[in-house]
Amino acid sequence: MEALELARWQFGITTVYHFLFVPLTIGLAYLIAFMQTMYVVKKDDKYKRMTKFWGKIFLLNFAVGVVTGIIQEFQFGMNWSDYSRFVGAVFGGPLAVEALVSFFMESTFIGIWIFGWDRLSKKVHLACIWLVAVAATLSALWILSANAFMQEPVGYEIVNGRAEMTSFFALLGNKQLWVEFPHVIFGALATGSMFVVGISAYKMLRKQQTDIFKASFQIGIVVVLVSSLLTAFAGHDQAQHLMKSQPMKMAATEALWHTSGESAPWTVIASIDPEKRENRFQLEIPYALSILSYNSLTGKVPGMLELQAEYEAKYGPGNYIPPVRTTFWSFRIMVGAGMAMIFLGLFGTIAVIRNKAEKYRRYLKWMLPAMALPYIANSAGWIMTEVGRQPWIVFGLQKTEDGVSPLVSSGMVATSLIGFTLVYGILASVFVYLVVKTVRQGADEADESHDPNHTPNADAAPAPSL
Amino acid sequence: MLETIWFILITVLFVGFFFLEGFDFGVGMLTPFLGKSDTERRVMINTIGPFWDGNEVWLITAGGAMFAAFPNWYATLFSGFYMALFLMLLALIGRGVAFEFRSKVENPKWRSTWDWVIFFGSLLPALLWGVALANLMRGVPIDADMNYVGSFWDLISLYSLTAGVSMVLLFLLHGALFLSLKTEGVLRERARAVAYRIGAWTSAVLLLFVVLSYFETDMFTSKGLSPGMVPVLAGLALLSVHFFIKAGRDGWAFIMTGATIVLSTITVFMLLFPNVMISSLNPEWSLTVYNAASNTYTLKVMSIVALTTIPFVLAYQAWTYWVFRKRVTATDHLDY
Repeated sequence: MEALELARWQFGITTVYHFLFVPLTIGLAYLIAFMQTMYVVKKDDKYKRMTKFWGKIFLLNFAVGVVTGIIQEFQFGMNWSDYSRFVGAVFGGPLAVEALVSFFMESTFIGIWIFGWDRLSKKVHLACIWLVAVAATLSALWILSANAFMQEPVGYEIVNGRAEMTSFFALLGNKQLWVEFPHVIFGALATGSMFVVGISAYKMLRKQQTDIFKASFQIGIVVVLVSSLLTAFAGHDQAQHLMKSQPMKMAATEALWHTSGESAPWTVIASIDPEKRENRFQLEIPYALSILSYNSLTGKVPGMLELQAEYEAKYGPGNYIPPVRTTFWSFRIMVGAGMAMIFLGLFGTIAVIRNKAEKYRRYLKWMLPAMALPYIANSAGWIMTEVGRQPWIVFGLQKTEDGVSPLVSSGMVATSLIGFTLVYGILASVFVYLVVKTVRQGADEADESHDPNHTPNADAAPAPSL
Repeated sequence: MLETIWFILITVLFVGFFFLEGFDFGVGMLTPFLGKSDTERRVMINTIGPFWDGNEVWLITAGGAMFAAFPNWYATLFSGFYMALFLMLLALIGRGVAFEFRSKVENPKWRSTWDWVIFFGSLLPALLWGVALANLMRGVPIDADMNYVGSFWDLISLYSLTAGVSMVLLFLLHGALFLSLKTEGVLRERARAVAYRIGAWTSAVLLLFVVLSYFETDMFTSKGLSPGMVPVLAGLALLSVHFFIKAGRDGWAFIMTGATIVLSTITVFMLLFPNVMISSLNPEWSLTVYNAASNTYTLKVMSIVALTTIPFVLAYQAWTYWVFRKRVTATDHLDY
């Protein structure tokens, strides 16, 4: 394979992998901050044990998220040096600001939070986890403003063959950023809460420490419902914006080869033939795509072939159609997983309101595998967004093939690709092993000195302190 | 003007990185050797536990700042030093998760595995940063399009390895002294003894590096900024470490290794200026702060952001050191 292909695989693998950990970091940080706030306000030790239990898992996840994030930053220079030269003056800005404003804050206060339980006042210690959550969110904002520039370049001009920043506020005010950011943050909350709900359900089924896990379930399931609904609404906004900013991505997502009539039907599933540029078979819902795109029963949606002709006239000869099957199916997988989460969240919330969650054992059993749903949705969403942007690395400005490092050999990229993938595989196995172990151990028992009702369990071995 | 400010800011970020992560790399390298029991190793790791993550961000920020302020420097350096950077990243990945993973399983094999990951994860970056700095000083094959045309092995020479070893020794010394400030009893005595022994070696190898630099680079005659007394002070600071340890002034000894790191880093960057990467093929093809820089607007915006945020970063990172100012002992609650 060529260095370009390998560099693309490396970017895809490392990015999707990194993004398995990021949403949980953001979502869980808020849930833990909320739990610890409950502890500080209600002074109930249950919430402290809850905070510490979820904190352990949070830290495992945080560690992998951080180290895989470092690769992301340096990869642009390693594999995409011509891209870095071309957009560094614009794209590098948000990255540097992210490190200065958010990452310093996140990394410093997480250290204080981990080791500061006995050294700080309760309120100061609580403030630390809130700062971590806020910093993680800001981090996402800066990184997404860089990504939004790749989707929809703004605030720049081309001088001597490279992009130069002309307005920092244009970058921050990028419409694309403000449809992307809420979708990602609500998605992160949905990920964090599905995670809490899934594990809590597992512990409730086994009737282990139900005080902690029933309460965690209750907090989590409400967040699942609200955040997955909000994610869907934000996603709808994003799709409508896509119609204007990247119609080709939209057309590929819908496998729409020819511009639709006055009212566009939505294709549920299709058998796509990218060679012949047609669909062999498709199942349609009338009007639905017009509603999706314009909130109206009528509205033409441009097709890929017409857009291809338009782009050729504008940018010169070449293939401007992204991999249609990938974008089409990843979109449907994302939406399907999101719908399932809304449904599960609604069912669970009703169960909690009726105080019957523990009785729905089959539902609880389903919630453990359902933890995979947000991960599937997050990954599919990014694949659709990034693959759908092809052949562009920066939409309309630079093609992916022109961004690659010209003198980095395919052997070097292959080595690093294999190296990172192997290490990532090990990390994933260890991470899962340790999360399972932590879940099995459950929350620490209540501290007797704080809890007069606690009766020591003769069978329980003392918790290892080292 | 703005280019110079950004060159200074990037120097500051590297100085911060080498000073701060220098001691936690040192502690990481010492952990499998100085810690005779699991508890001792845990104590050692906990001395840097609250800090190392924040310290590492100095490198992340230096990388981001280079990307934004000097895109060509960022692109040439990281695509050019590809394999070296790859190894460093692997090391940093392993080290980062090892701190979190090691204590989660009680099995001694598990723990010793992660302790060795911490060891190599601290050793490799220290070594490779030394190698990288030596190559920045000596110059590397860079063509007219600002691309590095050499291979990984072109970066490795007696000269660059000497720089790597000096860096490792300097960080070991810095880390041992940090341990002597943060631990008690036998562990502290061992840390002091190691620092005392490493001190002389560090001075000798650094001196060798300076001598080799005379033959390998044109830094002594170059048009870069004259560092004046800075390198001399760095040398004096290093020599004083020995006496401070002997006199039982560990705090001063630590400040002096810190000063050595800070002053030598400043020396390297001063000698380099206005170049950021020297082409060994044709001086015309060297990257300078001018031809590697972003446009003025970007530099302006970034300056405002950096100058307003860095004081806050320094303040809350300093606060961290204040919160965790006590020595770590085996009777502490070590797990988290």
